[in-house]
Amino acid sequence: MNPTDIRNPDYFHRVVDCQWACPAHTPVPEYIRLIAAGRYADAYMVNWRSNVFPGILGRTCDRPCEPACRRGRVEQGNQPTPEPVAICRLKRVAADLKGDVRARMPSRPRRPNGKRVACVGAGPASLTVARDLAPLGYQVSVFDGDPRAGGMIRSQIPRFRLPESVIDEEVGYVLDLGVEFRPGHRIDSLRRFLAQGWDAVFIGSGAPRGRDLDIPGREECAAHIHVGIDWLASVSFGHTTRIDKRVIVLGGGNTAMDCCRTARRIGGEDVKVIVRSGFDDMKASPWEKEDALHEGIPILNNLVPKRFEHRDGKLIGMSFQPVHAIFDDSGRRQLVPSGEPDRYFECDEVLIAVGQENAFPWIEADCGIDFDRHGMPVLDAVTLQSSVPHVLFGGDAAFGPKNIIWAVAHGHEAAVSIDKLLSGEDPRERPAPAVSLVSQKMGIHEWSYDNDIDPDARHKVPWREANEALASIRVEVEIGFDTATAYREAQRCLNCDVQTVFADKLCIECDACADICPMDCLSFVANGDEADLRGRLRAPAHNTAQALYVSAALKTSRVMVKDEDLCLHCGLCAERCPTGAWDMQRFLLDVTHAGPGCRKSPERVAA
Amino acid sequence: MTYLAKPLMHHPSLPRNSLGYTRRDYEGKISTLCAGCGHDSISAAIIQACWELAIEPHRVAKLSGIGCSSKTPDYLLGNSHGFNSVHGRMPSVATGANLANRDLIYLGISGDGDSASIGFGQFSHLMRRGVNMTYVVENNGVYGLTKGQFSATADSGSKSKYGGVNRDAPIDLASIAFQLGATYIARGFSGDKEQLVPLIMGALTHPGAALLDVVSPCVAFNNHLGSTKSYDYVREHNEALNRLDFITGRAPIEARYAPGETHEVDLHDGSRLRLVKLDAAYDPTDRVAAQRHLLARQRSGEVVTGLLFLDPEPEDLHRHLNTVATPLFALGEDELCPGAEALARINARLR
Ligand SMILES: Cc1cc2nc3c(=O)[nH]c(=O)nc-3n(C[C@H](O)[C@H](O)[C@H](O)COP(=O)(O)OP(=O)(O)OC[C@H]3O[C@@H](n4cnc5c(N)ncnc54)[C@H](O)[C@@H]3O)c2cc1C
Ligand SMILES: Cc1ncc(C[n+]2csc(CCOP(=O)(O)OP(=O)(O)O)c2C)c(N)n1
Ligand code: SF4
Ligand code: SF4
Ligand code: SF4
Ligand SMILES: [Mg+2]
Repeated sequence: MNPTDIRNPDYFHRVVDCQWACPAHTPVPEYIRLIAAGRYADAYMVNWRSNVFPGILGRTCDRPCEPACRRGRVEQGNQPTPEPVAICRLKRVAADLKGDVRARMPSRPRRPNGKRVACVGAGPASLTVARDLAPLGYQVSVFDGDPRAGGMIRSQIPRFRLPESVIDEEVGYVLDLGVEFRPGHRIDSLRRFLAQGWDAVFIGSGAPRGRDLDIPGREECAAHIHVGIDWLASVSFGHTTRIDKRVIVLGGGNTAMDCCRTARRIGGEDVKVIVRSGFDDMKASPWEKEDALHEGIPILNNLVPKRFEHRDGKLIGMSFQPVHAIFDDSGRRQLVPSGEPDRYFECDEVLIAVGQENAFPWIEADCGIDFDRHGMPVLDAVTLQSSVPHVLFGGDAAFGPKNIIWAVAHGHEAAVSIDKLLSGEDPRERPAPAVSLVSQKMGIHEWSYDNDIDPDARHKVPWREANEALASIRVEVEIGFDTATAYREAQRCLNCDVQTVFADKLCIECDACADICPMDCLSFVANGDEADLRGRLRAPAHNTAQALYVSAALKTSRVMVKDEDLCLHCGLCAERCPTGAWDMQRFLLDVTHAGPGCRKSPERVAA
Repeated sequence: MTYLAKPLMHHPSLPRNSLGYTRRDYEGKISTLCAGCGHDSISAAIIQACWELAIEPHRVAKLSGIGCSSKTPDYLLGNSHGFNSVHGRMPSVATGANLANRDLIYLGISGDGDSASIGFGQFSHLMRRGVNMTYVVENNGVYGLTKGQFSATADSGSKSKYGGVNRDAPIDLASIAFQLGATYIARGFSGDKEQLVPLIMGALTHPGAALLDVVSPCVAFNNHLGSTKSYDYVREHNEALNRLDFITGRAPIEARYAPGETHEVDLHDGSRLRLVKLDAAYDPTDRVAAQRHLLARQRSGEVVTGLLFLDPEPEDLHRHLNTVATPLFALGEDELCPGAEALARINARLR
């Protein structure tokens, strides 16, 4: 292999698995160390800069970082149930304990720059655009048909997962930057809206339509059948306060989990979830399923809804056909009847949570915005511009329903595009991230990070007693870590951003680093191609998603090869190296947001 | 040195030997030696060899004298017996222990100062008595622990870190071991574990006195230009006579080295040593010829490594003395102290 080019910012960025996996590239280990140090407000601001909604995300994020977290891999074979660091819930700790951070927020610009930007929808995507652009002097107006800002964060996510005060606070930080919010203002014609002469329009209108289920009995029982997301919104805004005792929730995604848990709190006594797929194939995150089961809600699998049964115009139950999944050669799943007799369940009400769709009835065909055959806008995947360059899309409206953190990531990118576009630059030329790489050495064997490896298993977030939690829809179920547990959990982080940096010129090939490395990451071997090398190292490097760090040829003509996969970042290699050929250096990558940094495209190279 | 304990976490694919132990189970405390010390590499090689041989840790007794090298038994085999004796006196402790209990595996770890300077006499007598043990000399040419004075193995003409030149003739412990009847003699280099690990395995299973002279650079005091025990010097002058594969009954035979003329030696315990000759003229079972060959090549400045000598039919101390096979601790009081009558009989025989 050729020597690894560590000057490419992507190389070390990928080593920080969590940050790489985070759509907004939040510098996770950086804020986790700040939490361990008790610097909660600093930890909060690191998050706020990257993901805008730390308190909200610390409770609700889909957390793509956690399955990516190295800790989950290194605990394999070392812990009965390997688990990643509780990255998401540590974020909540920062939000809970930060105190008053208002003074740290950006100030409103002294002078507007005269450019007007409109955001359609007040969800996380639009609010991110607003937050990035308003401090730069843009005049940002955010329109939403709903009475309050937040989008689905406010209308869909139930209060027992996310208290309203947290939404108010974090949405408030954005609106307080001088953003104009126009509540109850639904845009019903894009053509007319564009005619108002906005310099740029960002469409963050979400994926607002819940899929329905067209099976016999649907019309007859309409009064007792609800589309999940509409029903949740109605509960959130206080229009619906009750449900009958026996409830069936159809669907296996997170919306279904929110529906059943909400129903359980507002009158549902016999609530069950019935899903077409098997338990493991359900779309809901494992923790969402766990939470529902924990509240005594059964999940019945492999049942396809067949009919709503009714008597005298009233819903009395539902029948289902039992199925099992078979997979064809291309791995596609097909549900085939299992041959067992149909099953029937009595119920009073049904909530349909079988998916969500985009809908743009308010965008006229002659506006110049191209849509594909699925009805989705045709976008530049990088700039998020539509076929009308100053109209951009982001969040669920761009590529279909995803989640909050993706909406935020889109918001940042769209803000960069708008800023460049309105500064007369090409939005396709994207700014490089700001990167620094700094040695953490303080003394012979002292580092400015805690390199001792904590053996603890993942700490559980405490839950409120089930009775108490089920008593009201407003009681938050999770209590959050206390400071002591937060510290212990933070110590599980391996500091993957503190990189092992190798200087081949200094190495005398004494083997000390390879001998001391607890994970057998390091090998001195004859060079070869990647597949060959991966099989010839001290420990096989089968995880090809993780890089090999290869040096130039050393004196004996061998090369140093490090398998990044399971490195603990313990620094023992560097402590053991007689010549300082290894050093532990903190890699900090900040995604460049809208602002002067994204415009001048300054030359930035790794230090 | 490192202050942290080495994390217990290990690679999930770390293999287990027939006893169910991983290599990590053969480790000891974290080393306190200077970073990059050759001795630490030798410790790692010993750990690897013991793991590969699936030695039960409680059957090993580690013995040492004084010196950086003599500290290393603490850094390996944390579940074995150990005795850290006084400077140069490891051989007498080893001899005594072996006499008392021949069932243990004796692993002596010493330095060139400990064995060629203050302990030279003890070293010699252990070898000539044929104590069944593995005697590792971690040879760096200096007294590392006392900050780098020349030891008795320093080559004539080599320079100290502070510029002084050694004019005295060096003691070559391997040559001495030849003369004194050692039955397994090998030389390795701490920087070449592929060669070293099988040499250690061969020594550990050899039922006689086995000397392993391992050149082991002292990074702090003897790794400079002008030293003949530095990483660079040894790499440049290292001439391997052969490559050794240690073949236990269970392990499949795999060729680790480039092919050459091979020579296999069956051992008493059913395992086999396979030598790939790199120097066709060298016969490691001919004590006289081997010695002559070695001397000639060393004279020309080579650091000759590999299996230097092997007597496939070794004898040891117990055979010489015709001692009882049972370890002394397992004998009863009556057998150990047969009483006045027995003493009288013995005395009568001597009159
Ligand atoms: C039940 C449920 C639970 C969820 N839970 C989570 C979770 O725990 N974690 C997570 O990360 N994600 C979750 N999601 C997904 C998440 O809410 C969305 O992915 C995210 O809110 C999308 O953000 P957005 O900015 O694209 O749009 P949205 O949040 O959907 O906001 C769009 C806004 O635009 C407004 N709007 C639409 N059309 C117009 C118009 N023409 N004029 C004016 N206003 C308009 C809407 O009223 C809405 O307020 C959940 C979704 C659902 C349905
Ligand atoms: C009786 C006695 N004399 C002198 C010393 C001082 N001393 C300690 S270690 C040492 C030399 C050790 O050299 P070596 O065996 O080569 O070990 P190294 O540190 O080089 O590995 C000496 C002379 C001592 N500890 N005891
Ligand atoms: S251990 Fe820490 S830095 Fe590494 S991936 Fe997990 S959270 Fe990120
Ligand atoms: S930091 Fe160095 S010693 Fe520690 S696990 Fe990583 S490579 Fe091994
Ligand atoms: S410890 Fe340092 S000098 Fe020794 S092999 Fe490793 S990198 Fe090279
Ligand atoms: Mg020495």
